[in-house]
Amino acid sequence: MPRAGRRRPVGGVAVGRCPGDGDLRRGGRKRRGEGPGRSRGSWSGAAMGGSASQLPRDLLDEYQELTFLTKQEILLAHKRFSELLPKEERESILLKRVPKSKILTLPELRANPFQDRICRVFSTAEDGDGSMSFEDFLDLLSVFSDSATVEIKSHYAFRIFDFDDDGILDRKDLEKLVNCLTGEGDETRLSESEMDQLIQNILEESDIDKDGTINLSEFQHVISRSPDFASSFKIVL
Amino acid sequence: MCEQPAPETRRPPGGRDDDEVFLPDANCTSSSVTFLQELPSYRSILRRRTSAGGTQDRRQNNHGFVRPPAAEKRNLVEGTGVENEAVVRSIREYALNIPEKRRLRDIQEANVKYLSGWDQWKQTRNKSWKKFLDEIKELSSYLELWRNDIRSIEGKFGTGIKSYFSFLRFLVMLNFIIFVLMFSFITLPSTISKYGVLNSSYVKVPSESIELRCRNYTINGTKELVYFHTYIIDLLSGTGFLEMTSLFYGYYTIDMVQLKVIKYNVPLAYLLTTLVCLSLSLIWIVKRSVEGFKQNLVREEDQFQSYCNKIFAGWDFCITDLNASRLKHSSLQYELKTDLAEERLRQKKADRTTEEKLRIYCLRLFLNIFVLALLSVCFYSIYRATIYSQENISNDSIKMMFEGNLLVQYLPSIVITLANFIAPLFFSYIIRLEEYSPAFEIRLTLMRCVFVRLANIGVLLFSLWNRISCGNEKCKPCGYNYELYPCWESRVGQEMYKLMIFDFIIIFAVAVFVDFPRKLLVTYYSCKPIQWCGLQEFGIPENVLEIVYGQTICWIGIFYSPVLPAIATVKYFIVFYIKKISLMHTCRPSKRPVRASSSNFFFLVVLLIGLVLAFIPLGLSMTYFRPSKACGPFVNFNSSWDVVPHTIQGFPTALQKVLNGIASEAFAVPFFMVICLIMFYFIALAGAHKRVVDQLREQLVMESRDKLFLIRKLTEAQKHS
Repeated sequence: MPRAGRRRPVGGVAVGRCPGDGDLRRGGRKRRGEGPGRSRGSWSGAAMGGSASQLPRDLLDEYQELTFLTKQEILLAHKRFSELLPKEERESILLKRVPKSKILTLPELRANPFQDRICRVFSTAEDGDGSMSFEDFLDLLSVFSDSATVEIKSHYAFRIFDFDDDGILDRKDLEKLVNCLTGEGDETRLSESEMDQLIQNILEESDIDKDGTINLSEFQHVISRSPDFASSFKIVL
Repeated sequence: MCEQPAPETRRPPGGRDDDEVFLPDANCTSSSVTFLQELPSYRSILRRRTSAGGTQDRRQNNHGFVRPPAAEKRNLVEGTGVENEAVVRSIREYALNIPEKRRLRDIQEANVKYLSGWDQWKQTRNKSWKKFLDEIKELSSYLELWRNDIRSIEGKFGTGIKSYFSFLRFLVMLNFIIFVLMFSFITLPSTISKYGVLNSSYVKVPSESIELRCRNYTINGTKELVYFHTYIIDLLSGTGFLEMTSLFYGYYTIDMVQLKVIKYNVPLAYLLTTLVCLSLSLIWIVKRSVEGFKQNLVREEDQFQSYCNKIFAGWDFCITDLNASRLKHSSLQYELKTDLAEERLRQKKADRTTEEKLRIYCLRLFLNIFVLALLSVCFYSIYRATIYSQENISNDSIKMMFEGNLLVQYLPSIVITLANFIAPLFFSYIIRLEEYSPAFEIRLTLMRCVFVRLANIGVLLFSLWNRISCGNEKCKPCGYNYELYPCWESRVGQEMYKLMIFDFIIIFAVAVFVDFPRKLLVTYYSCKPIQWCGLQEFGIPENVLEIVYGQTICWIGIFYSPVLPAIATVKYFIVFYIKKISLMHTCRPSKRPVRASSSNFFFLVVLLIGLVLAFIPLGLSMTYFRPSKACGPFVNFNSSWDVVPHTIQGFPTALQKVLNGIASEAFAVPFFMVICLIMFYFIALAGAHKRVVDQLREQLVMESRDKLFLIRKLTEAQKHS
């Protein structure tokens, strides 16, 4: 079944995308009424889906409180997210989920080798198809923003790098990670011996309890010593 | 039904025979491994796995995947007890998605009523304070200069090149602040009083104490009719009509400005403002470099960057351009390959025979001597060029010719620029022969280039001072060479001015006359030699050295030319756009990747070296050299610094005693010793921490082995029972 709305990256360049969740179902667009477990807690239902181009004021304040984003950034995110939706759905932006294929057309994500993993980690879709709601999108931007703490960033980085979602980084995860970094395609990969040497070095530096894997605490410890992490783990719209 | 054994009981790199115990399916029965699921560490992994979907487990588990900021989080979830107000962190620092954060906030708010009134008030106060700070941050981000430009550069080229541009922006701001200070404290009072607005007194020169000869100071070319081209020469070299403006030291002859009741001492202000500006630069640079410095201290490994840093922080998530991402992939691959190769090489090097080592050391020694010889040739040629230029500056026959005069004026600048261009080429060629490790190669070449650039300025100043002060009869009456240099500070200021203007002209000319044609050639002609040459590479270290060199000139020149920072601000402002256009259109990014963190640290260290270098001539000229008697605010003093003791003498006696006490040895020596003691204490503390960390690490390895051993024993015991 041809997928409506799936576009190849601009310029026909096949950007190295990393095998993340290749066997997920990619159906058509999924209409979801509500995100899972969304509580209507503190804001009134009347504010929901206000005017097409504006976020209601109290919602804006709430998002400011719950994320690391500033007001401008939230409004900009709102604008960019609504551009991803077709016109008729823009009224009720807060209820809709955008399929992964559309999210990946954003310039900030299309050149990223971890795009699949990012969508997977931040998406709260129950069937795991990687579609994102507006709040998922805000979560993504919040973690990747300038003012997010290194702890939060390293926590999510761990989840992004954990390709098989088992809560630790083992050899397979690290191999996939290195292949993501060097690019897709056989000529860009490191040779077997180089890969072994590299993973050996990584584990030597970060595996404190010497069990052959990196768990979250070890990862966060090694990240806290890494000077480039905060500046490279950043996405700004 | 048999469960998989707990994930953390992965095959340890050691024992082979452990594996058998953990093979799934066939060997285990349901009862034997159930206890493994009760391990707290396993439960936390389980929670993470199911966290994307079901959130039911969380309520029941006390060791949150949520990573509570402190143990009090447990109370939060269970709804019991009272929160400690100091511990509650803001909601957004929890690693949850938005709906879950909402729920958490609701719980927190529900808990609020369990707190006492005082704690409640404290919480609300903290919240509103944080909100206020956020608002301020948001407003101040509007004021940030070039925010969008730098962001687009970051998106296209990565954080390494972006750090160069934010460094440039930092320099623009720094120069602007320095200019504002100098202008408001020095230039403004002097200019205003020259127009007679306020009641002010000029510098009084008691004629009997100073020889008349010293005070003879006329500026050429301002009183009579001149050719038009002299105006252009004056503009470019700071002579003539520019010499008597507030641009140079000679203009400031006001002694005291009377503002109703306050007496504003201009010479004191001149001296102190200069010192304050330089100290402000020092503090600001140190503050910016503290982060990078901490990282450099903490890292135990010697290498430039560790592998973990390269892998986990290797990808710039802000890259938006597909070409840039391709480039990044290839540069990451290149970097990893070279690092791995270097490591293998290092192991090979350790096996080098003594014969080879001897050969390499001799080669290195010889090459270093060659480097020194090259440097002395540079220095000597700058010295000769300066002498020649100074001798011929006022030569009338040359003055007639526009080009001749300009050439003579700019001769030192031209020679310095040539030296700055040729020396790095030599260095990058020599370093290949010396067979150091790649990381060390880069560092050594950079250090050598830095040294050449800054030492060239030093040689220029040295040769100037050689001419200004002399040991013989000529200088006796006034303490300096009054015939040639009636107002020597202005002359030094002019030299700095010329250097700065020439530097700017070169940057502009290279971008327009070298890079653009090169780009056109490469794009439109496909013959081999041109394609092999390729586009200009945007090498960050070279560009950084260029602007640090310009900034050092600015700092040295502050004392002699108070308006120089303004020229520097404008210059760097324009240079930003030149470099940006050059990067976008005519350059290709360098193959070797540059990391943001080490770049930042490197830039600031080089800048600091330049600043320290600038302090030396300033210190010398303030304390050692006689200020000129024909111009400037320090006519009545034997050295510029004398104005400070002179002012202190006018203070009340108690204050005088205190200030004299601080400046005396009785205070300085104990103070210095106390500082040394504090420093030794911190060094010892750091060493102790390091030892503790090592011990803990070993302990952790042991604990992990113990755990695996116990699990195995327990499994065996359960199997047999």
